[in-house]
Amino acid sequence: MDSSSLIVQFGQQLINGISLGSIYALIALGYTMIYGIIRLINFAHGDIYMVGAYAGFFATTMFKFSFIPALIFSMAAAGVIGMVIERVAYRPLRNAPKIAILITAIGVSLFLEYGGMLLVSPQPRTFPVLFESEVYNIGGMVINSQQVVILVVSLLLMVILTYVVNKTKMGKAMRAVSFDTEAAQLMGIDVDKVISFTFGIGSALAAAAGVLVGIYYNSIDPLMGIMPGLKAFVAAVLGGIGSLPGAMLGGTILGIIEALVSGFWSSTFRDAVAFAILIIILLWKPAGLLGKNIREKV
Amino acid sequence: MAMLKVDDINVYYGAIHALKGISVEVNQGEIVTLIGANGAGKSTTLRTISGLLKPKTGQIMFEGKNIAGMAAQNIVKLGISQVPEGRRVFAHMSVLENLDLGAYLRSDTKEIKADMDMVFGRFPRLAERRGQLAGTLSGGEQQMLAMGRALMSRPRILLLDEPSMGLAPLLVKEIFSIVKDINETGTTILLVEQNAHMALSIANKAYVLETGRVILSGDAKELAASEEIRKAYLGG
Repeated sequence: MDSSSLIVQFGQQLINGISLGSIYALIALGYTMIYGIIRLINFAHGDIYMVGAYAGFFATTMFKFSFIPALIFSMAAAGVIGMVIERVAYRPLRNAPKIAILITAIGVSLFLEYGGMLLVSPQPRTFPVLFESEVYNIGGMVINSQQVVILVVSLLLMVILTYVVNKTKMGKAMRAVSFDTEAAQLMGIDVDKVISFTFGIGSALAAAAGVLVGIYYNSIDPLMGIMPGLKAFVAAVLGGIGSLPGAMLGGTILGIIEALVSGFWSSTFRDAVAFAILIIILLWKPAGLLGKNIREKV
Repeated sequence: MAMLKVDDINVYYGAIHALKGISVEVNQGEIVTLIGANGAGKSTTLRTISGLLKPKTGQIMFEGKNIAGMAAQNIVKLGISQVPEGRRVFAHMSVLENLDLGAYLRSDTKEIKADMDMVFGRFPRLAERRGQLAGTLSGGEQQMLAMGRALMSRPRILLLDEPSMGLAPLLVKEIFSIVKDINETGTTILLVEQNAHMALSIANKAYVLETGRVILSGDAKELAASEEIRKAYLGG
């Protein structure tokens, strides 16, 4: 391979990696927000992404929604489901030992996966084409309109999220609860409401990722959330769990690394490399790239 | 009728019986202090009034309403605001954002602005550092911020938990004179302190706690003069 084709190949994998990475980032944001607020690794989060993909699927096939309304419908539906899960499964265990709520999260995950199979059948479904695919050629590198849509939608959602968290009253309350729940209560903040809101937002972002992946790969199934869920968890840890910019950065980096491994080596090793990153981060910098020093509450 | 009447409350941490029938009365306009050694139940009493802990039995009447077991945010709404032990400012947020959070339940933007100016008037050092992250403030400044933050909810009664903890003697004096000031502008105060000497010097009434019980109570000046208190809590 000569050097110019190497550069083109590298650029191509970078494009693929960034679009895959922004999917990871959207899912990782929910992981990190929920961890930040109740210190729970919500293992059902990847399945919320699957639920979002199905909500988008039914919105477009049954209700004939176009892309944007379907995306909004899916985000709203998953948001509500996320809030219901928190209310029913996690809230009663808030003061229980951490292991109880963690195992409950795994239970919820299995419930969504196999409940989903029962409800929508285990067969993969073809996600409808929502807009004409165009392929752009930039100096030998190929980028299609799905990738552009993924990038634009993810960026837009991340900008909105950053604004909500930093500038709005609810965002301030979220940061306060995440930093010191009791002190937040003393401000008059309704902690239950803030936690519920966080689950809603995190789930909506995962749902958006689900719809975007449906558009990109055209295929969805009830177990589609397992691997991306785990990868997004790696991304959240890589960036520093609890940190929003960390989740965005971690997702993007993971996506790029995976694309480069697939492009230059073999896609067989893609997942192995992703989880090797998790192990290396945990050994070398457990707080993650942008994570603060972990301060255990006593 | 007392503004705040804690009536025979029993509070448990799991199996540990932390408060064994504590009763405390605070009248409007007073400074009342709870003194006693570490682990006597002073902070637990405040945390129970604030709704962070729920009493197993007993009543907490605030202006004629039983607030025992109410959610913490609804207690703040009624006009009870706590400055917690160790200040617990939101370290990763600016001074301004901390004060904003103090006014979380209010939506009267203009009045909030006026109250913020009032807080900055009372604590000029906070005004200078309004854009700074709270975590970068000194201990004394953090105490001032925690007090300012609590005042932003316009409390009818302010609960102060160990405001002198970890501060240099000169700062302790300053904090106590501010507490007295706040009281003189119409806010009732319930003060928990290990520094019994300072607490008794500004309080109207005092309760002495020991292992979850009130063992003595009465006029602060009289308690400060009593032989028993001098020996046990004032270092001779």
